[in-house]
Amino acid sequence: MRQRSLIAITAALAAGALTLTACGSRDSGDKGSDSGNGGGTTVVIGVDAPLTGDLSALGLGIRNSVDLAAKQANKKNYVKGVTFKIEAKDDQAQPSSGQTNATGFVGEKDVLGVVGPLNSSVAQSMQKVFDDAKLVEVSPANTSPDLTQGPDWRKSKTRQYKSYFRTATTDAIQGPFAAQYVFNKAKKTKAFVIDDKKTYGAGLAGTFTDEFKKLGGKIVGTEHINPDTKDFSAVATKVKNSGAQVVYYGGEYPQAGPLSKQIKAAGAKIPLVGGDGIYADDFIKLAGASGTGDLATSVGAPVETLDSAKEFVDNYKAAGYKEAYAAYGGYSYDSAWSIIEAVKKVVDDNGGKLPSDARAKVTAAMQSVSFDGVTGKVSFDEYGDATNKQLTVYSVTGGAWKAVESGTYNGS
Amino acid sequence: MNELPQQLVNGLLLGSMYGLVAIGYTMVYGIVQLINFAHGEIFMTGAFGALTVYAYILPDGTSMWVALPLMLVGAVLVAVTVAVGAERFAYRPLRTAPRLAPLITAIGLSLALQQAVWAWYPGAKSARTFPSIPGGPFEIGNVTIQTGDVFLVAAAPISMAILAYFVMRTRTGRGMQATAQDPDTAKLMGVNTDRIIVIAFALGAAFAAVGSVAYGLKYGQIDFRMGFILGLKAFTAAVLGGIGNIYGAMLGGLVLGVAEALSTAYIADIPGMDKFGSQSWADVWAFVLLILVLLFRPQGLLGERVADRA
Repeated sequence: MRQRSLIAITAALAAGALTLTACGSRDSGDKGSDSGNGGGTTVVIGVDAPLTGDLSALGLGIRNSVDLAAKQANKKNYVKGVTFKIEAKDDQAQPSSGQTNATGFVGEKDVLGVVGPLNSSVAQSMQKVFDDAKLVEVSPANTSPDLTQGPDWRKSKTRQYKSYFRTATTDAIQGPFAAQYVFNKAKKTKAFVIDDKKTYGAGLAGTFTDEFKKLGGKIVGTEHINPDTKDFSAVATKVKNSGAQVVYYGGEYPQAGPLSKQIKAAGAKIPLVGGDGIYADDFIKLAGASGTGDLATSVGAPVETLDSAKEFVDNYKAAGYKEAYAAYGGYSYDSAWSIIEAVKKVVDDNGGKLPSDARAKVTAAMQSVSFDGVTGKVSFDEYGDATNKQLTVYSVTGGAWKAVESGTYNGS
Repeated sequence: MNELPQQLVNGLLLGSMYGLVAIGYTMVYGIVQLINFAHGEIFMTGAFGALTVYAYILPDGTSMWVALPLMLVGAVLVAVTVAVGAERFAYRPLRTAPRLAPLITAIGLSLALQQAVWAWYPGAKSARTFPSIPGGPFEIGNVTIQTGDVFLVAAAPISMAILAYFVMRTRTGRGMQATAQDPDTAKLMGVNTDRIIVIAFALGAAFAAVGSVAYGLKYGQIDFRMGFILGLKAFTAAVLGGIGNIYGAMLGGLVLGVAEALSTAYIADIPGMDKFGSQSWADVWAFVLLILVLLFRPQGLLGERVADRA
């Protein structure tokens, strides 16, 4: 009797777990299947981003924008005889999942390029897998300088992987840009620097600190938080007692929102400043009313203000996606289009057909891609970095992000 | 400015929450020697129960003074239902099986509950905002207490008092003590042990539910993964206090919370330790403390030395 019920329960649990996994995978794969039917060859553009979990707001925006790019290309019949399809995989912001996904993409021979991932730490685990297969990867969001310029980028830059490109600019620019704004424009001289110890957060906090000190500012305290917890009260108390005029946070919005809220609740009425990782609507939701006045820098100029982006915004609305295109929509769209442009060049050079070594050719063609995208001119330098180095400071005003100042960073 | 009082309060508040959840671990362990690793998820479902009452049952704009008691009821109802269901369908069939079997079931159940909320609760794929108590923080001397924490300050001691009364003074409570000591003999004396076990699960879940509402009010958001880390901390608190002892669970929680707050605030000031003092190291120090306590008092702070049954 006992034996039988044990089996029944195990079976029930297993069945339950399987149903759930099935839900998950169906959820992440079905979006791209209907992107047109031009006939001929099908080229798959992979998407790797966090489609579930804390960062899903950003990840879904990436997926939808790539989907839109594929649909537009098919509609215009941009590459003759080629139909683009997307395939999205969920990395849950985990490096291990990212690597599994990368291996999956490499194994599917229709995949000629991948857009993603969102997190620099995830990219680190994927780069080699893609490079070995000569499969091109274009990230719309990675900002860690190591990814393109090598771990010693402060002293000597060396390109790590020839198949990795990005349309976002790097933290080597973003951190100092924020420091210059905080010191020169906002006139704050005492900063408390907090990061989450991840590749992205620590890198950003580091470049901010260097520039802020160089300008003459004082760092009155540093902290590293554990991204798994929600209780930052001890840190908030330290911030309050440090006499800081501003908090710089290197990390992402799921922690930045509660952190901002708890710092203000502890009695320190000072703004929190962060990078593109906190530039999300969910940050405002999590930070609550006291988040008004918090600042974020993000790559590029605000998509809504660019003429080149109007069409994208309109098309995105018309396509009826459930989720917003979020912080990286424009960059994801441009990333996907850079792959499409590269495929076009390869197909044109080969007399209208895909060559047998299409992946290597596409990767090579990527280096010389140049076109006017949603976010401005899209092209890549010798490290695979975007040549477009524009940034914008946003502030939380009336429950939404408002652009304060756009500019191009000049190294000092 | 002296920040010690504030950091102590931060730690005690965090610790009260650990303690509320730890009671569930300790009671279930005390009676059936099962470490219910799904308890953290029972805590999580409680929070979603409270949110359901607020967001989908009460009309918009209900005053928090009316809403809060109803949310508590919702939280307790959901958590108790889940816990009793888990006991009936996942643990009871395995009660005489080797220890490892129910432990594995508990881990499976914990994942299943997380995934169920993730898949079926509207908007639960990312964090959901939880309503907050209106009003600014209170200042007592140079200690600031948030309005959201007032609930915790009141709920933790009241819950403890009710529990102590129940276990020490009522018939069922004495039945629990008897079952904890020796289930077979208790059964021979006419104690309905099945019922006692269900009550232990239900009580533990009710406390977790109170803790989950406190969590929501304190941090203003809940998500499907909130139970995992907190459950782990509460389990640590239960072991620290002496697993099986309900006062030990609360004490263990408080000690753990204070240790985390103080390590974040002060370890970095010790010469040569500045690398190990940030908040990301707080968990490490909490576990160092646990190991130290277990080295010198293997039964935990308030636990009793148990002789192995022959």
